[in-house]
Amino acid sequence: METTTANPSYKLELTSSPHVHSRWSTKQAMWFVVIALIPALISVVILFGPYQLLIVLTSVVFCVGTEYLIKKLRKRKVTVMDGSAVITGLLLGLILPPNFSLSSTAIGAVFAIAIGKEVFGGLGYNIFNPALAGRAFLQAAFPVSITTWINPNYTVDTVSSATPLAAYKFDKVFTSIQPLFLGNVGGSLGETSALAILIGGIFLIAIGVVNYRIPLSMVLGMLVFSAIFWLIDPVKYPNPAFQLFAGGFLFGTFFMATDWVTSPITSRGMWIFGAGIAFLVVVIRIFGGLPEGVMYGILIMNSVVPIINRYTYPRIFGEAK
Amino acid sequence: MSSNMISINHTRTFRGGVHPDEQKALTENIPFEVMPIPRQIIIPLNQHLGKPAKAIIKKGSEVKTGEIIAEQDGFISSPIHSPVSGKVSKISSGANVAGFPKDAIIIETIESNEILLMPRLDPEKITPDEIRERIKMAGVVGQGGAAFPTYVKLSPPPDKKVDIIIINGCECEPYLTRDYRYMIERTDDLITGLRLIMKAVGVEKGAIGIEDNKPEAIQKLSEAVKNLPNISIEVLKTKYPQGAEKMLIKAVTGKEVPPGKLPFDVGAVIQNIGTTIAINDAIVKGEPQLTAALTVSGFGINQPKNLIVTVGTPLSDVLDYCGGVKDNAVKVIVGGPMMGVAQYDFSAPVMKATSGILVLTKDEINEHEETPCLRCGKCIDVCPLNLIPTKLARLSSLEKFEESEKLGITVCMECGTCTYTCPANLPLVQWIRFGKQRVLALQRERQTA
Repeated sequence: METTTANPSYKLELTSSPHVHSRWSTKQAMWFVVIALIPALISVVILFGPYQLLIVLTSVVFCVGTEYLIKKLRKRKVTVMDGSAVITGLLLGLILPPNFSLSSTAIGAVFAIAIGKEVFGGLGYNIFNPALAGRAFLQAAFPVSITTWINPNYTVDTVSSATPLAAYKFDKVFTSIQPLFLGNVGGSLGETSALAILIGGIFLIAIGVVNYRIPLSMVLGMLVFSAIFWLIDPVKYPNPAFQLFAGGFLFGTFFMATDWVTSPITSRGMWIFGAGIAFLVVVIRIFGGLPEGVMYGILIMNSVVPIINRYTYPRIFGEAK
Repeated sequence: MSSNMISINHTRTFRGGVHPDEQKALTENIPFEVMPIPRQIIIPLNQHLGKPAKAIIKKGSEVKTGEIIAEQDGFISSPIHSPVSGKVSKISSGANVAGFPKDAIIIETIESNEILLMPRLDPEKITPDEIRERIKMAGVVGQGGAAFPTYVKLSPPPDKKVDIIIINGCECEPYLTRDYRYMIERTDDLITGLRLIMKAVGVEKGAIGIEDNKPEAIQKLSEAVKNLPNISIEVLKTKYPQGAEKMLIKAVTGKEVPPGKLPFDVGAVIQNIGTTIAINDAIVKGEPQLTAALTVSGFGINQPKNLIVTVGTPLSDVLDYCGGVKDNAVKVIVGGPMMGVAQYDFSAPVMKATSGILVLTKDEINEHEETPCLRCGKCIDVCPLNLIPTKLARLSSLEKFEESEKLGITVCMECGTCTYTCPANLPLVQWIRFGKQRVLALQRERQTA
C-alpha cells in the first residue's frame, strides 16, 4: 500500500516558529477604525445635513488619490487598500468646519498625504498625524474660512454661531454640558457630538485596536489640569466637564492621539503622551491666542514621541526594580 | 491555611502573553493509544542537549529492548537504550527533527517480548543519590522541549538553596494535550514522580501549576494530593506562554528569575509532566526512556490522536498511523505551533523529548500580508519578558548587535508571542533569533579574547 506521506500531493511551508498568527492585520485594524467613524459620520448628517458629507468625501477621494499617485510615481507598491489613506481622509474631513470650501478641502487632503505621510516614506514612517498636518496647513492657508462656523440643525440658541470654546474665550459664555454631549453646538463636522465619538472610541478600545492608555491618560489629564485652574477661579476658568466635552478634545482623544504610527510604543510612554497633550490643550485654551488647542497639542506631542519612547523602555523581566 | 487547598485565583499569572486558539478539543478526550513498533527505527545520538551519546554497538550488532546502545559522554549528556529488539543495520547520518542531519543508529526491528529492565526501586526507601543515579542510567531527559539531561537539573550547585519543585502542567502550547492526558490517566504516578524529585533535591515543597482550562486534571490532582499537605495544586490563568519556566515561577512563587540566571537562583526547580512520569517509570518500574508520549493533531491530519510511540519511529509512520495527511496541509510541525520546528523530511524520527506532531492547514495559520511596522506597541504589550521586540528586530536587521545587546536581546526566550501578535505580520522573533545568535557569538569571542 502506498503511504500518503511517501507520495505527498501537497507542498509544505518551512518557516520558523511561531507557525500560527493572530487574526490581527494592518488592513483589518484600519478598516475597524473606518467602522468606528460611522457614528461620527451619522452625527454630521443629523447635525449639519447630508450635504456636508461632500466635504468628507472630497477629503477621502483626494487622500486616496494622492497616495495612489505618489506610489505610482515612485514605482512602489500601491497600498491604498490598507485603508490608512481612507482614514486620513475621513479624519481630515471630520475636523473641518461645515460649509468649508471643497477646493480648500482637496488642497488640505493632498498636503496631508503628500507632506504629512508620503514624504516620510509612507505608512509607518510619518512623524505627525497626517490628518492634523493637513488641518494645520489649512489653518495657516485659510485662517478665516476655517474658523467660520454655522449652527447645527437643532440649536436652541440661534444668536451665536461661534463654537463653545470661542464663546468662552472671547465672550466668557459657557455652554452647558447636554448640548455639548449630544453635539447641538457649533464646531467642526465630526467633533461636536461627544456621544457619537464615544461610541466609536469605546468600540475601538473594546476590540483592541486602540489601547486604553492614551485615551484614559488624556481624559484624566484634562480633568486634573482643568480642575486646577477651575479651583483657582471658577468664574474665570471653565469647569473640567466643559473642557472635556467642548471642541475637538474627545475626537482627538479617540481618533487622533491614538494613531499607532505617531504615538509612543511603550506603556509608560503612552501615559506621558496622553497627559502631555491634555496639559498642552489646557494651556493653549486658557493662555493661547486660539480658542482650541487639540491640534497643536497632539502635533507637538507627536514630535517628541521618539524621545518619549527612548526614555520609557520597560524594565526587563527579572531586572532589579 | 492548608497548602493543599486549590488556589483558584485567576490573577495568578504573569504580565503580557497572548491567547492563541487552544484547539485542544481535537484530542483532549482521546486516551493514549500505544502505537505498534515500526519495522525500522532511527535513534539519533543527540536526543538531548549537550554532548551526543557515544555509540557502543556496531553495524550488525543484535540488540535487545532496553539495552544500552550509546553511552553518556561527559557531564551534560545522556545514555540511549535500544527501544526495540533487533539488528543494527547501520550507523550513519540521518534526518533529524531539528532540521539538520545528525548521526543516528538505525535498527531493523525483530518481534520479541524480551525487555531488559533495571531493578525496581522502592520510592519510599530510595536515597536522593540513588534517585539521581537511576534517572541518569535510565537516560531520562527533559520533555519540555530542550531535552536537557534530567539528572543534571536535579543536581543544583550546593550554594543554591532550592525550596520548591514546580511541575509544569500548563501545557500552554495550543493543540498539545499529552501532558493533560498524563495528568488524567497517570495521576498517581505523577505525584510519585514529583515526590521522588522533591526527595532527590531535598525540598519540602512541591507544586503542580495547571492552567484553568483543564478542570478535570485540576480535580483529579487535587484529589490525589488531598493527604499530602506539602504538595499544592496551583491553578493559573490560561495564557501563552504560561508554561515558560520564568513565567511559571513568577505565577506560582511571585519571584522573577533575573536575566542570565536559572530557576534555582530563585530557589525553584521546574520539571515537565512527561519527565516526571519518566522519572516514576525509571524508578518504580525500572524502565529506561524507550517511548515518547505525544499528541498528533491539527486539521491537516485525518485522525488526531494521543500516542505512546517508540522512540526512533519515523514521522511518516506516525502520520500514516493517524490516517495520513490531508491534501490541504501546509505545515508539519514537531512540537507546538508557537515554538515547534517545521519539518520537511518525514524520515526524521520521534525523539525522547518529542511532545507533538502537528499538521496544519492554511486556515489555522492565519497568514497576512507583511506591512511596515505601524508602531502600535502590541509586541511590547505582549512580550512576557518586557522586551521591545520591534526595536530588537529592527536592530538585528540592521546588524546593530551591540545596541541590541544593551536592550537585552539575549534575554529573549523566543516564545514567538510578538510575531504571533504583530498586525504588520513582521517576522519579529525570527529577526531577534538571528540577532541573538550573533550577540551570543560576540559574547563568546569577548570571553576568549
